[in-house]
This record gives sequence, structure tokens and C-alpha cells, in this order.
Amino acid sequence: MRAVADREGVRDTGMEAVELDRRLAATWSTPPGLWGALSTVDHKIIGRRYIVTAFVFLALGGVLALLMRLQLAQPEARFVGPDRYNQIFTMHGSNMMFLFAVPVMQAMAIYLVPLMVGTRNIAFPRLNAFSYWMYLAGGLLLWIAFAVDTGPDVGWFAYVPLSGPQYAAGKRADIWAQMITFTEVSALAIAVEIVVTVFKQRAPGMSLDRIPLFVWSMLVTSFLVILAMPAIMIASTSLILDRLVGTHFFNPAEGGDVLLWQHLFWFFGHPEVYIIFLPAVGMVSSIVATFTQRPVFGYLAMVMALIATGVLAFGLWVHHMFVAGLPRLGESFFTASSMAIAVPAGLQIFCWLATIWAGRPIFKTPFLFVIGFIVVFVIGGLTGVMVASVPFDTQVHDTYFVVAHFHYVLVGGAVFPLLGAVYYWFPKLTGRMMSETLGRWSFGLIFSGFNLTFFPMHILGLQGMPRRIYTYQPEMPWSGLNMFISLSGIVLAAGFLLFFIDAIRSARSGPVAPANPWGASTLEWATSSPPPSYNFARLPVIERLEPLSDRSDPLGIVEGLYTDRRELLITGVVEARAQARESSVGSSIWPLLAALATSAMLIWSIFTPWAVVWGSIPIAVALIGWFWPKGDPEDET
Amino acid sequence: MIDSRNPNWAFVAAAFLLIGVGAWLGWFRQARELRVDPPVAADLDQFRLMPNAISGTPPESYFAQGKLYETDAYNLSQGKRLYAWFGCSTCHGDGRGGVGPSFLDGWWLYGPEVVSIVASIRDGRPHGMPAFHDRMTIEQIWQLAGYVQTIGSYTPKTAAPSRNDDKQTRPAENRGPAKILFDEGPVGVHPDQGPSP
Amino acid sequence: MGLLSTGALVSGCNGSQSALNPYGAPAIHLENLIIGIVALSAMIWLLVMVMLVLALRRGRGAETEGRTSEGRLTMTVSAAVAVTVAIIAGMTIASFFTTRSIGVPQSAAVTITVRAQQWWWQVIYAGSDGTPTFQTANEIHIPVGQDIRLQLESADVVHSFWVPSLAGKQDLVPGRSNDLLLRAEKPGIYRGQCAEFCGLQHSHMAVMVVAEAPSDYARWITSQRADAMMPADPDAASGQAAFLAKPCAACHTVRGTQATGTTGPDLTHIGSRQTIAAGLLETTRGSLAAWIADPQTLKPGNNMPMVPLTSIELQNISAYMESLK
Repeated sequence: MRAVADREGVRDTGMEAVELDRRLAATWSTPPGLWGALSTVDHKIIGRRYIVTAFVFLALGGVLALLMRLQLAQPEARFVGPDRYNQIFTMHGSNMMFLFAVPVMQAMAIYLVPLMVGTRNIAFPRLNAFSYWMYLAGGLLLWIAFAVDTGPDVGWFAYVPLSGPQYAAGKRADIWAQMITFTEVSALAIAVEIVVTVFKQRAPGMSLDRIPLFVWSMLVTSFLVILAMPAIMIASTSLILDRLVGTHFFNPAEGGDVLLWQHLFWFFGHPEVYIIFLPAVGMVSSIVATFTQRPVFGYLAMVMALIATGVLAFGLWVHHMFVAGLPRLGESFFTASSMAIAVPAGLQIFCWLATIWAGRPIFKTPFLFVIGFIVVFVIGGLTGVMVASVPFDTQVHDTYFVVAHFHYVLVGGAVFPLLGAVYYWFPKLTGRMMSETLGRWSFGLIFSGFNLTFFPMHILGLQGMPRRIYTYQPEMPWSGLNMFISLSGIVLAAGFLLFFIDAIRSARSGPVAPANPWGASTLEWATSSPPPSYNFARLPVIERLEPLSDRSDPLGIVEGLYTDRRELLITGVVEARAQARESSVGSSIWPLLAALATSAMLIWSIFTPWAVVWGSIPIAVALIGWFWPKGDPEDET
Repeated sequence: MIDSRNPNWAFVAAAFLLIGVGAWLGWFRQARELRVDPPVAADLDQFRLMPNAISGTPPESYFAQGKLYETDAYNLSQGKRLYAWFGCSTCHGDGRGGVGPSFLDGWWLYGPEVVSIVASIRDGRPHGMPAFHDRMTIEQIWQLAGYVQTIGSYTPKTAAPSRNDDKQTRPAENRGPAKILFDEGPVGVHPDQGPSP
Repeated sequence: MGLLSTGALVSGCNGSQSALNPYGAPAIHLENLIIGIVALSAMIWLLVMVMLVLALRRGRGAETEGRTSEGRLTMTVSAAVAVTVAIIAGMTIASFFTTRSIGVPQSAAVTITVRAQQWWWQVIYAGSDGTPTFQTANEIHIPVGQDIRLQLESADVVHSFWVPSLAGKQDLVPGRSNDLLLRAEKPGIYRGQCAEFCGLQHSHMAVMVVAEAPSDYARWITSQRADAMMPADPDAASGQAAFLAKPCAACHTVRGTQATGTTGPDLTHIGSRQTIAAGLLETTRGSLAAWIADPQTLKPGNNMPMVPLTSIELQNISAYMESLK
């Protein structure tokens, strides 16, 4: 109670706007300089950092793709040898899945979810900082290893025994397996933050049926991450144990099982697709609502479809193993469940079409990417239904047909919406607008380049071209199409180059953006672009699904929060009634130190199991520093 | 996204520049060598042995390659394959010996240098070790010798191979078996094998 | 030039390696299913695209027109979902029946064991009722019009056996044994290739399935059971001597000689095979010499070493290999 008395003078009640901004900025802003950069816990700074890093990895992965296309343009080319090629395609897959696609989606959530639910920072802000440093360390580990010719060469799926102790010489496979640990730790951390932020930090009045669809999609995604990622961490850790300590998890001669790896990997690997795709669904819904100038048709159906997809995602993993020799009855079950997931996906497509039908579309770049998404993703979804059929799959499994299929799903289904989302939220991220002209050019190049590059791969696959081959013989009838694909790849690359040029140029010198340049109706547009360090000067009160849709009815606001400490409002899970005031932690260098200590332990443990023992001491020290009591009075409730 | 007021982008950019440079250098670094040029292979035959056929000097090119057959994981794992394919285990078991001497006991009848092991495999030794020069290429003999040396090394090499997908009979090479088993002392060799060390 | 003529030879068979060129009952069933599902999917895609275009055009100018009511939209979307469910169910059932038709029957005319290794196919023909077994490599002969059961095993890592013109693929998993039904309706040479990534030379791991009339097949079996012919030609005879004296014999078997190595492919009748090095080159004296002279350039990373040979030895060994019909 004494604390309450002490603080009486600094509540925001009735405070003038200028004074309030000054006080909040003093409390919330990140200190300038290097120290501030390393110790910040602001979700916007960390989110931006994450996004930029992920796009750098996208660019690097794209360069690898071009190298592969250069090699495959002609039969028996000798541009790279098999050893280098195997590293390149492994790096391309691992990089795109673990260092680009999942992190970039979660990064968008780190930036946007707290804004969309109307709070001042993400839950567990220091964990958020830790997560970024772990992600960066994992990415650096993989790429530095590749740079010194120790890049993994066992495929992004790292099937044993090829990745096991007997057939993968050196530390290449260990580096892959440990990179998994880094990225999964960081992904799990974000997933927990998102779940808690969405459940407990929504603005008062934002009941479950008023949560924006993007936030719903990130909530479901986060649950998928929490349920799926442990499987791959168990798998990769077992692999390291097999390789380093000599355990026998995957050794058939000692009672282990080769297929155990495949089950564990795909139990993660299939939900992974939805971990990438569901956030994109949320982005599409946001963009469709804004650019058709009406709410997305069938809010409840959309939410149910998201949840259904999330649940079904865990019942499909065996369709990656249809030719591994499993019992046919079991395979039929997985055919049915794999096909069933087309129903919620179809439902979402129909709802967007209905929204467009009933709305008044505005053809700006983000919306163009959404149109491209529908065109391309429907193809990817239909080929997905094809490979879900066991007999169909026996002919196309591990061929270029599958390469085409999952690029249609992942690039069409996730990267197109993501690029649209970048154009859409760029003003909120940077305070500047991207160029509409360059945006249209970049969309045109990417859309046409993508289809010209990947559609012919369906045909190559049916013509018998397997995946993951570094070359093919001149007598095979594949060289013409391969050359065509490689040339088309240049168009696609040019589109991405244009996008990067536009993003960098606009971030420096684009036109300054107003708070709500698109006339959107979700909460992130209620604050300035980019938002101040405290997001909202006064936390909003939500009375409908689209809080900004009615200009004549301004947002309600919360008053009475302290301004001299980082205070948030904790609300109920269902109705989002205010329950408590809670202080959010301030900047700290300890997350970085903890990440460094953890990285040292994880990398060291590739070489000796004792690293787990001795390496845990610095981690313990860092965690003690992280959680050291600061003598602050208990948060009042 | 790049905010010039915020200096941390400079550090991120610097980090990626470093990776870029590293990748550029790595591209030109010697890759995993799958083919040995015939002159280099021929040179591998040109090592010099001491008159008593124990110890000696490897060819100059071997040092120029960074002692490839003792330190390179790929060559060591190829050596391990050859150990199985050429039936070394018939006499030497999984390294614990049998008809032939053990590699795990820390005793080398002809010294632990890789040249001695190469000479033993290539030219054979008294008391039953056959010569393999007409059954393997010299490059394979070096790969096998590097692996055999690894079996008996006192401390595990980072590049040492790990366990086989097979029945476990002893700790894997990268677990330092010689070190673990050294306390047991030398295994008694077959009487035909000559003087016990 | 050798490469080009191999091309002529290999594609001289009934179209090469393609799922759309089926010549076996399982592959024909699969092609029907593929064409059916693809056609249906193409129609669905076109329908969605028409709806998309209509929706976009409708919205553009229609500021004043009456908007569609939410109720009608709900009806339309529900109907579309119902149609989706029906189509999905239909495809699942079609898929189920096709699976039944390509299952491995209990009684197959011939059982052949295929053991995949990095990076070649070991093919073992079991001897029935006391006849000796024999091995060949990278080439499987089968009689046309009969169900053949392949027993698929792996000696090292996971591989996948795939001859698209005859059947779908099936993995070869270490520690397990899988079955595959193979059946060719027409004589010919059908090319296949490893479809599961298996390391450095995954790209060069092809297999030829030679389907022939039952009488030709029986003749082939008889000739394969026989030991290797003693070379008549003096070049080949000295080639045999060199082969036995050099490291070659330590890894390869030539039945009827002292060469009994088991690491590499059995070479007893290599001269009779279509290709060498798992489909890499057509079997000619020239390509044999090229392969023996420098296997690591033609197929980097494979387990055959470059054995130092004089040019005479090389010529003679190639002549010997070619003579092993």
C-alpha cells in the first residue's frame, strides 16, 4: 500500500498529452548507443531486427538457389561438384525453413501482435531479446560452417543413416543438428511470448471474438510451435548423441530404428509447413480486409478453419513416408487426413473470395500480392491433394514434382503474403512508404518469374527427374526444361532484387507515412508510424472487432496507469476484462550474455559431451544475473 | 527498416559482411578431396623408412597437404570402410586383436607413426601380416593407415569416425578407446606374432 | 561420343524413365489415377480463377449496385465447402482402390532381391530347387507379362527404387525388407534411378530393367549362371592376368577366377550388361577404359579407386571386361 502512496503523483490520469509523452518516453525508450542496442527489450526494435536478419538469410538462400540453377542448367555440368552441391541444397533448405520462413513469420508477430492487441510490450521481453540472439547465433553457426566448407551435406531432412555416425564424416551433420537446437529454442521462446501476450495482455474489451485474424493465426501457430518443435529437438539431440556418445537410437543392429528418425522429423516437419502457412493466412486476411474496405467474410469460420488446420496438421506426417514401406492400412488413414486438410484451406479461400466479391477492391501492391497468392496457392494446394494420395505419391515422391509442389505452397502460400505484408506494414515498421511503382514491377517480376521457374518442375518430376541430384545425364530428356527453368530463375531473382532495393531505398528516403495510410481498421494503425517506444500513449478500450472502422466513434481509453514504471494491463483470457496492472521489465544486457553462454555450450557440445556439464556453469551465472532481484516493490495487483 | 539513427544496424551489417568474406574465402579453400591426382598418389609411395623398418619420413607432399590422412574426417571414414571391406577384422578384430596384434592396447610393434603403419599394410610384416600393395591403391593404404592409427590413439581426434551402424563391441573411435582400454595393458599376442612388447 | 550413343541406346527403349510412359500394369493404373486427379484439379483451379476474376471485376466499378447479401454469400461458401468435401472423398476412394491394385500379390512368379549400396544396385537371383544363385549389378532382367516380386534391402543408407515406367517407387531401408510388384507388359529396357538422397553420387545411381520374352529370359538366366568365359583373345587373356594381379580382384568377383572380392559389383558377365557404373556409360571397350582409368572424374566420390595402370594394361583389362559376356 505504501507503494501506492509513493506513486500517487505519476499516474497518467488527466495528464496533458505532451507531458504524458515525455514521461512515457523517459520510462520506455531504449538508451542510445551500442549498449542500448545490445540490451534493448523493446519488441519493435527486436522485431525489426529479426525481420531484417531473416530477409538477409532469404537473400543468401536465394543466392544458393541461383547456384543450384546454374549447375542444373546443363547436363553433366561441372560448375560445382557433388560435395559442394550437396552442401548447397542442404543449406538452401535448412536456411529457408529454419532461418527464414519460421523466424520471419514469428518476427512479424513480435512486431505486430502487441500493437494489434493494444499493449505496450510483448510478454517476457527479455526472453524475446534472448530469442533473437540465439537465432542470430544459430544462423551464424550454419553460415560460417558453410563458409569454411563444413556445411551440412545430408539434406535439410538429414535422414539417418546418411546423417548418422557411420556415413556422415566430420562435424557437418552435427552443425546441422545443433543449428536446429538454436532455432528451435528461439522459436519456442517466441511462441510462449505470443501465447501469453494474446491471452493476458489484450486491451480491455478485446474479447475472443474481437481478436484480429492475424493475431488468431499467430496464436494457433504458436501452439503448433510449442507442440511440434520438441519432436525435432529430441530427434536432433538423439542424432548428436548417436554421433558423439555412441548411443543407438537409430542403429538397427542394436535395436534402434532408422524410421524412428523419419517419424520424429516429420512429426515436426509437417506442422512446420503450417507454422509457416498460418501466419501468412493471417496476413492475407488483414490485407484483404483493408483493400476490399470491408471485414473478412465469415470471421467465425475463418477462426475455426485456423484451429482445424492446426489440429489436423499433427495427423499428416506419415504422408512424407508413403514409400518407406509402412503398412498400407495406416497409409490409407493418412491419405484421408491429408486430403481432409484441404477442406479448411478451401474454406479460407472461399471466404476471401466472398470478401472480395462483396467488397470494393483497391489494387495496391499488397493486394496484388494477395491475388498472386490465391492464384499460386490454389495450385499448390491441389498438388498437395495429389501427393496425399498414396499411389500418386509413389510416382512423384522425391521428384521435381514435389519440389514444384512445396515451392507453390511455401513461396505462393507464405512468401507472396509476406511480401504483401511487408508492403502493407512497412509504414508501421519504418514510418515511411514503399514505392508503389517499384512494388508493381517487383510483383510482376516475382509472379511471372515464380510461375515460369516452378511450373515446369511439375512436368520434370512426372518425366522422372528425382530431387537432390547434382547433375543428370545428357541422354535424359530434361535438359531443355532445366535450361528454361534456370533462365526463368533470373526473372524471379530480379523481382526479389527490386523488392530489396525498394525496401532499402524506402527505409532511407521513402515518403513519410501517416499513422493510418491505408485506412485500415485494426489497432496497430491507431498509433503513429512508427509507434513510439510505449506503443500507445493511453491504452485503448475495444468495443468491436474493427476498432478503427467507425471514424465518428473514437477509441475508448484506459486511465490511471503509472508513467514512471513500465506498466501494462493484464486482462482475462475470454472477455479481456482488466485484472491487474503489471510492470514490464526494462533493458538488460543479461539476455545477450545468457545467449552467448548458451551458444558456447551448444557449439562446444558438438565436440565433447562434457560441454553440457562445464558449459552450464556460465549459463547458470548469466541466468542468475538475469533474474537477480532488483529490490523493486512487488507489483500491485 | 534501416534507421540511420540507430547504430546497431552497422554491427549487424558488419557481421554479415564478415560472413560474406568468409564465404568468399571458403569457396576457394581446398574442398573435400575426392580425387587424388596421379602424380600426388605416386608420391605417396615415396616415403622413406628407417633401416629397421620402424618409423620414417612421409613424402614432402604429405605435409603440403596438411597430413591429410591423419586429420581429415572424410579420409578417416573412408579408412574405416576399407578396414571392413578388406577384412582387417579377421585378424585384428574390432581393434582388440585376435590372430594379429591389438590396436587398442597402446602398443605399436613398429611404432605409432603413420609411415610405419603404411609400410606394414603395403609391404606386410613378419609373422603373418600380408602385403596389400597389390590389393589396394596407395591412396587407400594411407586412408586405412590413418584410420588404424586413430583406433589406437591415446586421445580421440576431433575428426575421428564414430560408431558403426552395427553391433557395439567397444567404444567408438571418437571416444578415445585406447585411452579407456590402456589400463588393461597389452593384449597377449599370438605366439607366431613374435616377441611381445 | 560414348555418352551420346548411350543416349540413343537408352532412349531407344520405350521412352525413358517417365511416369507418363507406363509399360507395366502398376504404372498404367498409376497413370490413369494421375491423369484423372490432375484433370479434375485443373478444372477446380480454373473454376476458382473464374470466381476470383469475377469477384475482382464486380467490385471495381460497382459502387452503386446492390451488394450481395451476407446470407447469399454464406449459402455460396457453404455449397463450395460441401463440393470440396465431396471431391476430396472421391479422390480418397479412388486412391484407395488404386493402392489395392498395385499391392504385392502373395504368389509372384519370380522373386529377385535388390540390395542397394552407395552408389550401385546389387541384384541377387535366388536359385530355386537347388540351382545356384547368381548376382548381377545395375541391371534386372524380368520376363514380360509376369508378376515379379522385388525384395528391397539396403546395405548402407536409405535408397529408393524407382522405375517409373513399370511401377511407383519403394524405399530400401537398412534393417528392413520392403516388397515391390514389378510387371512389364512389353519387352524393352526401362530405366530407373535412385530417388532417395543417398550421398555424393545419388545422381548417378541408375538401374536398367530389361523385360524380355520368357524364352529369352530363360536363356539369359542360363548364361548368367555359368562361370565367366576364359578369354580367347590374347589381349583379353593378358587383361585377365593384370586384373587378377592388380587391386581390381580384391573388390570384384569374376566367377571361375581367383577374383572373389565382394565390395564392388560382380563382374562375371559385365560385358553382357547395357551400362557400367550404374547407368553412367554404355558398355563399350572405350567407356570401360575411360571408367577404369579415372573413376573419380566420371563419378566423383564413388568407392572405386583410381588404380595406376600402364596404357597396355588398361587396354587389356578393358578388352577382358568387354569379353565377359
